[in-house]
Amino acid sequence: MLELRRISKTFHPGTQDERIALNDVSLKVETGDFVTVIGANGAGKSTLFNAISGTFQLDRGNILLDGRDITWVPSHRRSRVIGQLFQDPMKGSAPHMSIEENLALASGRGGWFSHISRRDREDFRERLRLLGMGLEDRMEQPVGLLSGGQRQALTLLMATFSKPQLLLLDEHTAALDPGTAEKVLELTDKIVREDHLTCLMVTHNMQSALELGNRTLMMNHGRIILDTRGEERAGLTVADLLERFRRLNGAELDNDRMLLS
Amino acid sequence: MALNQIMPLVQTSVELGLITGLTVLALFLSYSMLNVCDLSTDGCFTLGAAIGGIVALAGHPWLSLPAAMGAGMLSGLLTAVLQTRMGINSLLAGIIVNTGLYSVNIAIMGGSSQLNMNRTATVFSLAKEALQGTALAQQYRMLVAVIAAALVLTLLILFLRTRLGLAIRATGDNPAMVSSSSINPVFTTTIGLCISNAFTGLSGCLLAQYQKSVNIDIGSGMVTIALASLLIGGVFFGRRRIPARAFGVLVGAVIFRLIYAAALRMNMPSFMLKAVSSLIVILALSGPYLRKQGGELIRRCRSRKGAM
Repeated sequence: MLELRRISKTFHPGTQDERIALNDVSLKVETGDFVTVIGANGAGKSTLFNAISGTFQLDRGNILLDGRDITWVPSHRRSRVIGQLFQDPMKGSAPHMSIEENLALASGRGGWFSHISRRDREDFRERLRLLGMGLEDRMEQPVGLLSGGQRQALTLLMATFSKPQLLLLDEHTAALDPGTAEKVLELTDKIVREDHLTCLMVTHNMQSALELGNRTLMMNHGRIILDTRGEERAGLTVADLLERFRRLNGAELDNDRMLLS
Repeated sequence: MALNQIMPLVQTSVELGLITGLTVLALFLSYSMLNVCDLSTDGCFTLGAAIGGIVALAGHPWLSLPAAMGAGMLSGLLTAVLQTRMGINSLLAGIIVNTGLYSVNIAIMGGSSQLNMNRTATVFSLAKEALQGTALAQQYRMLVAVIAAALVLTLLILFLRTRLGLAIRATGDNPAMVSSSSINPVFTTTIGLCISNAFTGLSGCLLAQYQKSVNIDIGSGMVTIALASLLIGGVFFGRRRIPARAFGVLVGAVIFRLIYAAALRMNMPSFMLKAVSSLIVILALSGPYLRKQGGELIRRCRSRKGAM
């Protein structure tokens, strides 16, 4: 499904700020995989996601999606099949446009000159109801009036509306209060399961990294240092993960947002 | 002053307001929706006037309208290409195109800075002929202005509801969202500027035919005048939905002309037009900032007093 072939990226090469963000990373993700990604600050998690979504060009290596080489495909083209959520809930929707207008843009339906039809509206209402936040009754309100959690839930709906081939979640619950974060995480799990999406999720929560999905990656210094799934993963605890990190890396896992329980 | 002296003034203001209101609608699209301050507006307005004038002088008054819009569209395309494909700052791109258009416009007018259309058939003179003998015979100018404004307003409102229109609004509303979505900001910015400059060109073409002459200065300061009208409209309709806001933009353009006409009646010299429009824009744009600063100043003074 998704294949990274020895990709590398160095930021600010040849300057004092030179930083190797991705160092010869290879990865194969199967269709239907739900992969959680953890790692220290600056380990390259977000860079990995941005490489896949096409925010920047790689120095070396290739990215294949469903067998097609997308290394040089511009990011807005990739976005047709790759959905993305960021930590900042403000990043995913247009604040002065209404909920239904945002959804209409995300749904990708119809030609450039099509309007929102009554059927679209019914469809949006139905999907919004699944969020359980009452947004289905506020479809004409501007998105800027929503709370961070509501807005992130809406963004999740927008990103998954047309069933993307790949969903990238970059700490998408980290900026939310604990209760809301949990709710958005539940929704994420539900949508990914029901729509059989292939998903990569960076999380700062070690517990959910092990509980959610079927596979966990640990990154450090631009490399994937641990890739666990199946029975091995099922037997892991947070303490095991921390211990693994120390052994593989010779240092404590250092992440100022990391939740250990 | 007697009513029969005021009415013609009001009528002229409304006509001028509606005609230049097309430029304000253009800015509503580029400035309010796309969040691009298009400083090529002045040159593009004159371009529309010049092209429209030449085509009308050649005996094709109806053709002058699409010709002016097409020319405006090309000018918008150039401004868009400079800022999206060639890495030039968007304000600078507008200024560069504006400067270049000065020469282009004089070239279009055959090396002269003035075109006279006193005896030329224009859309206004055609309307006058068509209405001869009817009750609306005296209102031919108003009729053309109203029809043009209503058509452009309707088209713009319908366009902003399409998926492309929504994409253009999103491009201006949240660049961060657009960069991670399937919207190509290069495409939306280009389309947006092409459409808005087509309106600007049409606006210039109509004003030239309205006053039966093209002057190389016909568009100078138009961007500030249009911004002033846009902001006046925003005072009354700013918090409504898009159709009401777009309509309010036209109202703003008419109000601006009424204020200007009133000022002229009170013996303000006509060369003050541009200073007045600058003042309105300064007040409207700095208002929210100054209010905030003023509020903080008051609070600071109060807390000082409290401390003593």
